[in-house]
Amino acid sequence: MTQSNQSGPRDVAAHEHVANTSAGQVARFEEEALSLGRRIHRFFHANPTAAPALVLVASVLVFMLLVGERFLAPFNLSLVLQQVTIIGTLGIAQTLIILTMGIDLSVGAIMVLASVVMGRMAIDFGLPPSLALAIGLLTGAVCGLLNGTLVTRLKLPPFIATLGTWNIFFALNLWYSKSEAIRSQDIEATAPLLQWGGTAFELFGARFTYGSILMIVMFCAVWYALNWTAWGRHVYATGDDKDAAELAGIRTRRVLLSVYIVAGVICAIAAWLLIGRTGSVSPQAGYTANLDSITAVVIGGTSLFGGRGSIFGTLIGALIVGVFRNGLALAGVDVLWQEFTVGMLIIVAVTTDQWIRRTSA
Amino acid sequence: MNSSSPVLEASGLVKRYGRVTALDRADFDLYPGEVLAVIGDNGAGKSTLIKALSGAVIPDEGEIRMHGKPIRFSSPIEARAAGIETVYQTLAVSPALGIADNLFLGRELRKPGILGSVFRMLDKAEMQRQARQELSELGLLTIQNINQAVETLSGGQRQGVAVARSAAFGSQVVILDEPTAALGVKESRRVLNLIRQLRDKGLPIVLISHNMPHVFEVADRIHVHRLGRRAAVIRPVTHSMSDAVAIMTGATEVESDIA
Repeated sequence: MTQSNQSGPRDVAAHEHVANTSAGQVARFEEEALSLGRRIHRFFHANPTAAPALVLVASVLVFMLLVGERFLAPFNLSLVLQQVTIIGTLGIAQTLIILTMGIDLSVGAIMVLASVVMGRMAIDFGLPPSLALAIGLLTGAVCGLLNGTLVTRLKLPPFIATLGTWNIFFALNLWYSKSEAIRSQDIEATAPLLQWGGTAFELFGARFTYGSILMIVMFCAVWYALNWTAWGRHVYATGDDKDAAELAGIRTRRVLLSVYIVAGVICAIAAWLLIGRTGSVSPQAGYTANLDSITAVVIGGTSLFGGRGSIFGTLIGALIVGVFRNGLALAGVDVLWQEFTVGMLIIVAVTTDQWIRRTSA
Repeated sequence: MNSSSPVLEASGLVKRYGRVTALDRADFDLYPGEVLAVIGDNGAGKSTLIKALSGAVIPDEGEIRMHGKPIRFSSPIEARAAGIETVYQTLAVSPALGIADNLFLGRELRKPGILGSVFRMLDKAEMQRQARQELSELGLLTIQNINQAVETLSGGQRQGVAVARSAAFGSQVVILDEPTAALGVKESRRVLNLIRQLRDKGLPIVLISHNMPHVFEVADRIHVHRLGRRAAVIRPVTHSMSDAVAIMTGATEVESDIA
């Protein structure tokens, strides 16, 4: 649609740039002037993060007016970032899978299972914390491998495969943990490395945790992998049209399997950050995390039909949910209206996606 | 062209699906620098023949030779590695990806040096440059933006992208499966011109088509497939369309003047 966005990074700044330059060029290329509606459609079609970015900016403005300074305080805004760390990290895994036209209902269960494994290895078996962490990450990889095998070998629909493994992983987690939590003091005494993600530092009155910084680093790394490596192009192509990708010579089974394994490892990293955030290990944590991660991805503008979307959209999606929850809480609104609002956001986001995906609007 | 030896030939190909014999001792040959059309009624086995040549189907019996040497493909990827590019009827393009991304899908170029080897970084600039060059060589540069999503292109332009991809990578043979079936008159014309341009570049082309006027317009020879085997090879200069249809349907038996 424009000449200006060639391979440019799809970050928010680039959208501003495209927004400023695109309108005039579209008119010059097309013989007949495009209607305003079509121009807007084309813009959002070419820039999947634009719509969620606008919503984020708008929601920040609304809560600024509604709640005022308490909302805009650096401390509060950095708190939102901390609050979305876990869901945001799971959202990275979920985005990868949804881009391949899949869905992963087991991300939360993998996270809890991995956190229990990390905790027990370090506390009950007395392994060095770094080894316990590594075994936890390996657990995530094995869970992802199982999901990927069910999807690629048994050809199960991802929804069904991960619905099954969600229950399996959660049951394994209850069995392995004996339904017992590991106390924060015990972890602090023997394996402080597991709480690393909770370590915080202050900057300009804001409070950042290592966990939220690691989440942002992971977003950048996955953005790079999706946009600047052949693997990333293959992930998009596989989700876009699997048969076409196959005919173009992409080994889609291998791509899918790798996506599920990477997602499993990212879930295990989320487990590590979860221990950092809560301090303890609880087998009951994160039961709804799978749905929250899907919410972040969908609000972030990634299409459930695969092949379309961007990883930073998910970060923005998680932040939108975080801003709404935080802002509504500060405004003294009952918790049930937070859920109500998130529900509305999902429906609006998917409706917008349906509209944007149409090529001939 | 009779003086040279075939680029690609097949003899006695047999493929059975249960009790159905799709290929019944089929022969095939393709000479350098020619457009060979393959025609046949529905169910005559021409698509099975093409799939056998492009690696998508493994024949039960028979031999395929490339430049006289026997070859066996167990997947389309192997056929492609040997220089046989196929443009499928479904086009095999990824709608949401850009033109350059599609041209290089599955064989992306990486940046030289440590960026490419360690960080696996794509050389987008080089891929875009080559894509632009390939499209302009084929006279397709009405496409404005090389990163435009393929789904925003017209049917003919998409076909152009698919053909450009096969031309860019097909070093030996390009197989086109019904390239004009979904196109309007104007766009069909452009695709037929593309086919001629590819031939003029020296690439032998196999064209599968139902459209007799198109076949007679661009083909040098016409392979008529009937009941799972080659019924005849005719030339547009010596035979008419009704001859071709008569052979195709079995109305005429031809002791083939195989060229």
